[in-house]
Amino acid sequence: MKLSNKDILNIEDLSVDEIQLIIDTAESLKEISARKIKKVPTLRGKTVINLFYEASTRTRTSFEIAGKRLSADTVNISTSTSSVAKGETLVDTAKTLESMNPDVIIIRHSASGAPHIIAGLLQQSVINAGDGTHEHPTQALLDMMTLREKRGTLAGLKVAIVGDIAHSRVARSNIHGLTKMGAQVALSGPAVMMPRYIEKLGVTVHNRMEDAIRGVDVIMMLRIQFERQGTAIFPSMREYSKYYCLTGDRIRLAQDDVLVMHPGPINRGIEIAPDVAYGSHSVILDQVANGVAVRMALLYLLAGGN
Amino acid sequence: MAQKKVVMDAEAIDRSLTRISYEILERNKGTDDLVVIGIRTGGACLARRLQEKIEKIEGSEVPVGILDITLYRDDLMTGTKKPKLRKTDIPFSLDKKKVILIDDVLFTGRTIRAAMDALIDFGRPRLIQLAVLIDRGHRELPIRADFIGESLPSALWDKVDVKLKEQGKEDEVLIIEG
Repeated sequence: MKLSNKDILNIEDLSVDEIQLIIDTAESLKEISARKIKKVPTLRGKTVINLFYEASTRTRTSFEIAGKRLSADTVNISTSTSSVAKGETLVDTAKTLESMNPDVIIIRHSASGAPHIIAGLLQQSVINAGDGTHEHPTQALLDMMTLREKRGTLAGLKVAIVGDIAHSRVARSNIHGLTKMGAQVALSGPAVMMPRYIEKLGVTVHNRMEDAIRGVDVIMMLRIQFERQGTAIFPSMREYSKYYCLTGDRIRLAQDDVLVMHPGPINRGIEIAPDVAYGSHSVILDQVANGVAVRMALLYLLAGGN
Repeated sequence: MAQKKVVMDAEAIDRSLTRISYEILERNKGTDDLVVIGIRTGGACLARRLQEKIEKIEGSEVPVGILDITLYRDDLMTGTKKPKLRKTDIPFSLDKKKVILIDDVLFTGRTIRAAMDALIDFGRPRLIQLAVLIDRGHRELPIRADFIGESLPSALWDKVDVKLKEQGKEDEVLIIEG
């Protein structure tokens, strides 16, 4: 049981079987995080480098813990304190690290396509931890794992994704993944944040949030990406919140047992009301736990054995 | 065409498991602190059968856990095909317990070495005893079984196949000459 590629760069390139394999493996590895001694010797002696050009709490800590639980040696490079601050290029950084013989390099970068450049240059496995506005494959995998865990299957699930779709790599990866696995995806957000022609990916688009979430099984809220937008493309946070915040009232439009998801970090009160984020429908913290399991699965499948 | 011989049929397997159950209870003087851990996949089925037999004999239910040793194998880096990783499910503490580890075939001993490393990660058992349905010799590590269904001398290149009804087949043990 193997992945066909040495890298994990996009959900778009993964087959349905590969996605199942990753989620199955993650489910088997999940119990390790509940043990008293949270370690197995499988990746002993393997080196995993986390190369993060952007800030991250969840993803980076998740990858570090995933590597350590498999007994790998994990190294974190945050570029603000590295030679990148002296002007070293991406390619030079990658080649320098390659000379130290790592087994897996995990990279998050603000430029879409940066991980692909590195993957093409290096023999080591490269995992995309988020590239620009393009994809965030491990987030989509943990989201799909959470949904499969809670609902048994992804096929036929009605999912609404709400927020700044245009700037969201999480949205893109989830759109590819969920449609591949047979779910129905509806998008909603302000017109200025909705990419044109996105229906071609097999999704429906609704300007009003209420239309997108009516009768759905899952609502996935996205964070308003202040750091990625630059100039203000909507009048105020309050206006955004008025039309696109997931409140206790709006959630009643969905199925009674609707699941509420968010990749984190949440902007309390802006895209999601705090009582919903921590309410009975929310699986946000399950997502985080599954994030460790999914990343363990990827490290195991890429680096565990030849 | 490889020669196939039936070494144990369903009745023989059942009688061996019954005898092993009695031996375990005799050696451990009852079921106090006893737990049974089966090694996937063959051992897991046998573990549950052992639990049923012990309940019939002593009247008490012994906890059963399932152990998947894939993550502890010593051959993951050798390029041989990786087996599918399944869940380990041991929903109780192993501290101070008498663990009966059970597998279908004891061969080189490497699976048992991996299993013991896994069990120690779960806690500190009071002792570990090994029960196997078939001991086919050819140990590569200093490991031996405490309870044996049948000792089966085999050539290194033979294949010993334990088929169990929980896996959708007839209960039987076959030796396939290589």
